[in-house]
Amino acid sequence: MDFHLFIRLSDGGALMDMHHGWYISLKPLVVGLVASLILLAVSFVMVVAGDVEKGVLYPVIFGLAIIQGLVQLIFFMHLGIESKPRWNLVSFVFLILVMIIIVGGSIWIMNNLNYNMMYDMMPEMGH
Amino acid sequence: MKHEHYPDVHHDVYSRTVFGFWVYLMTDFMVFACLFATYKVLYYSTFGGPTSADLYDLPYSSIQTLFMLAAAFTSGLGGVAAHRMKKNATIILFSLTFLLGMIFLWLQFGEFFRFLSLGHSWKNSAFLSAYYTLLGTFAVHMVFALLWIPVLLIPVWGEGITFNSVKRLTCLRLFWQFLNVVWIFIYSFVYLMGVR
Repeated sequence: MDFHLFIRLSDGGALMDMHHGWYISLKPLVVGLVASLILLAVSFVMVVAGDVEKGVLYPVIFGLAIIQGLVQLIFFMHLGIESKPRWNLVSFVFLILVMIIIVGGSIWIMNNLNYNMMYDMMPEMGH
Repeated sequence: MKHEHYPDVHHDVYSRTVFGFWVYLMTDFMVFACLFATYKVLYYSTFGGPTSADLYDLPYSSIQTLFMLAAAFTSGLGGVAAHRMKKNATIILFSLTFLLGMIFLWLQFGEFFRFLSLGHSWKNSAFLSAYYTLLGTFAVHMVFALLWIPVLLIPVWGEGITFNSVKRLTCLRLFWQFLNVVWIFIYSFVYLMGVR
């Protein structure tokens, strides 16, 4: 028996969250793979070319990594491709919030700490 | 009751299990985010030892990235095959994921042993400790992802694809794709930014 029909019959009308069809379609996977390969190639070539200065290179690689992460979350892991209430998306957005606070906060605090504890700043501080 | 407008899509066993696994993956992203923050903070603390530009081999890591992407792709294909109830295709595709993942992990341990043979152990500097912690945690995840494949495929081999095996294979597929997303960030932040 068709698995999806089986699910519908076995459960009191719960369709599960599969009516968007991405679970049985190859198309999103191929789109995700091709997009990932292009993004990987662009960031690799930018680093290997060697004539892009760091101030430009780092933000671009950062941006490309975020885009590629989102491409894979959407086309491979089906983030946001669900019906309401979108609990997967809600938990993901909460993750991003916590991540920004912890990662951003840690790097900010530790950079400040390094700056304030620098050895050659000691004479200026009156020691 | 506005039940028909907002159906509770998570009240069957399949959806609840997959959603629970999704929440676990979100917390695991958090683990890696903390390790990334640690790595960034300790990045310049090389204690006179090698810096990232001295150590990393970008073509090597790029080949690893391609194997990881291929493994995530074949696990996605395997998930589709499982949903279509194709037993042989499921077994072949997840076996391919296993093979690609093994090559990836072999290359990863190759890198660890290359650094160790040069005397760059995790004891030498805070930067190396952060490197081994981040990449070691990833390697441990890979080991469990690899062990999980035969654990699920042996019952599929014996009994064919059942409701439970589709549910479990969907979690497995999500785990491999999650690892690939984490690896994209390792490749970009550790290797691509580390060699320049």
